[in-house]
Amino acid sequence: MNPTRRSLRIVIAKPGLDGHDVGAKVVARALVDAGHEVVYTGLRQSPEAIANTARQEDADLVGLSILSGSHLPLTRKVREALDRLGLGEVPLLVGGNIPRKDHEALRALGVRAVFPTGTSFEEIRGFIEREFG
Amino acid sequence: MKAGDDAGIPPLFWESGLEVDPLFTEEDLEESGGTGRIGRPGAFPFTRGIHPWMYRKRPWTMRQYSGFGTASETHERFLYLIRNGQTGLNVAFDLPTQCGLDSDDPMAEGEVGRVGMAVDTLADIEEAFADIPLNEITVSLTINGAAVPIMAMYFAMARKRGFDLKGLKGTAQNDILKEFIGRGTWIYPVEESVRLVGDTIEFCAREVPKYSAVSICGYHIRESGADPAQEMAYALAIGKAYIDHVKARGLDVDEFARTLSFNFDIYGNLWEQVCKFRAGRRLWARILKEEYGAENPRSMQLRMIAGGGGAGLTVQQPENNIVRGAYYALVSALSGTQTMALCSYDEAYTIPSEHAAKLSLRTMQILMHEIGLCDTVDPLGGSWFIETMTNRMEARIEAVLAECEAQGGILEAVAKGDVQNAVSRQAYLREKRLAEGEFKKVGVNCFVEEEEEREIEFHPHDEEAARRQIERMRSVKARRDESEVSRRLAALREAAARGDNVMPCAIDAVEAYATVGEVCGALKEVFGVYEEPALR
Repeated sequence: MNPTRRSLRIVIAKPGLDGHDVGAKVVARALVDAGHEVVYTGLRQSPEAIANTARQEDADLVGLSILSGSHLPLTRKVREALDRLGLGEVPLLVGGNIPRKDHEALRALGVRAVFPTGTSFEEIRGFIEREFG
Repeated sequence: MKAGDDAGIPPLFWESGLEVDPLFTEEDLEESGGTGRIGRPGAFPFTRGIHPWMYRKRPWTMRQYSGFGTASETHERFLYLIRNGQTGLNVAFDLPTQCGLDSDDPMAEGEVGRVGMAVDTLADIEEAFADIPLNEITVSLTINGAAVPIMAMYFAMARKRGFDLKGLKGTAQNDILKEFIGRGTWIYPVEESVRLVGDTIEFCAREVPKYSAVSICGYHIRESGADPAQEMAYALAIGKAYIDHVKARGLDVDEFARTLSFNFDIYGNLWEQVCKFRAGRRLWARILKEEYGAENPRSMQLRMIAGGGGAGLTVQQPENNIVRGAYYALVSALSGTQTMALCSYDEAYTIPSEHAAKLSLRTMQILMHEIGLCDTVDPLGGSWFIETMTNRMEARIEAVLAECEAQGGILEAVAKGDVQNAVSRQAYLREKRLAEGEFKKVGVNCFVEEEEEREIEFHPHDEEAARRQIERMRSVKARRDESEVSRRLAALREAAARGDNVMPCAIDAVEAYATVGEVCGALKEVFGVYEEPALR
């Protein structure tokens, strides 16, 4: 890790019912290796539970991993749950099986970046450290 | 035979860590353990296949994974696949169904009918399989956490249509231990979940004896990051855990071992997979015979579906996946599988289109009918290379299995999260190696092309269908006898609490049109729910 950058507190969450957690787990490991503190929530988290974790962990950012196709409604709900807890400033990132046509809609929901399947660790880490480090 | 240092040939290793020599000779084979344990196909230890004449007598079953929306849409897709020559069905359920939730559950919002067929009551199962000849087309239910209500509905439907359960064939995936490692549709805690699998095995052994109660999945463990030897070893460990559990109920191993089947993955190095299957078959037969004292050869046979290959497919240059799929199917055929299913080329990013699903089916048909894959049994058998590496692979799988058992067994390893962590660490390592170019992946880390931004076409998700499904469930509920449903659910709860086999009560409950959510809810009241161990 670049010593000039600070270590971030990152919550990686799996909202909804989708059980594909390889991506969430490997990205979590890559970010830990890069010197950040990562809390992985586990599967099937409700938007409220994710927001609560973000508050408890004093998260600098929240990453959602969604592969079922339900990314729009789920992201909206997590954003609302974060806002309700006064975490309106906590940036939200989304990774997974996300069609390009939905990237704009996700950004409109306040998502700072979308990392579709196939994105490299380097790109994710680079973005996070550049924007939030 | 190793090349000398002066040959300038660097060593080569398979994913499982086995070293591959540049040349294999008779001496290598002798050194690895010789030919004494190969045997004949159809006879112990089944290295060459579980049937004496394999595909010459009966080619593999082709069974693509399918299902989406409501029962009526899925029924249409089933008929389409059968019209196109598919010989079995492999049912995909939506996530609420798989997690034991009704379509109107708040957690189900946005997920109803999305990645599979939505099922709430017996009425849905009746509609999905209407007019499908269950004695000719064997049906595989990809259901795990919610296996109790879905198997109960399938049996209830078959009985209602006049099929004798004693002759009913088919498979339920119903392998909950692998759900904790990968895939994630668990509901109850580990021990209680295994007890429910035990109930279904015991019930099938007695009442539905031709039905495969469990399909033990190395597949999802491999997809989650395990190497091929670990895939096989963990699957066999899981199989042993179910056997131990059911034996402890007082059943003889020959009464139920035949109801266990397997599900494996086929991507990666062609030879490594072939050796994995031949070695796994032999090891399972030895375990059943030597460790469990099975006497019936059917108990010792590792029957399998070998297919998928999802983790081998790439989003980049997706047409390459058509080629990969054909090689994966080749692996599957050379490995002596009983059933084959292929991931479709668009599956790296969506539910397969009808066109892609048909192309997978055609791929298997080309192998079967044009290329000569059914000509003779175990065509690679007897090769010095394949037999030597089968021997070495068997030793490697045994070593992983022994390590797992030395650490307290698979049940404990899963409950503590040890296997999950080992597998996800390996997935990370693999991704790193891919990023560093140590593993080559065409289109990903070599032969990369600037690709146009491709629009991913998701299978259209029909919100209207979700609403229809909820309506339908409500109308079924409005017509049912509520007091009867309550009485039968109470009986189910009592059976679960007493430690009785829950299957008869579950069938009673779904026959009165109790929902998936109600049946799983009743069991949750008794068993509680699983809490995921932390990622370490």
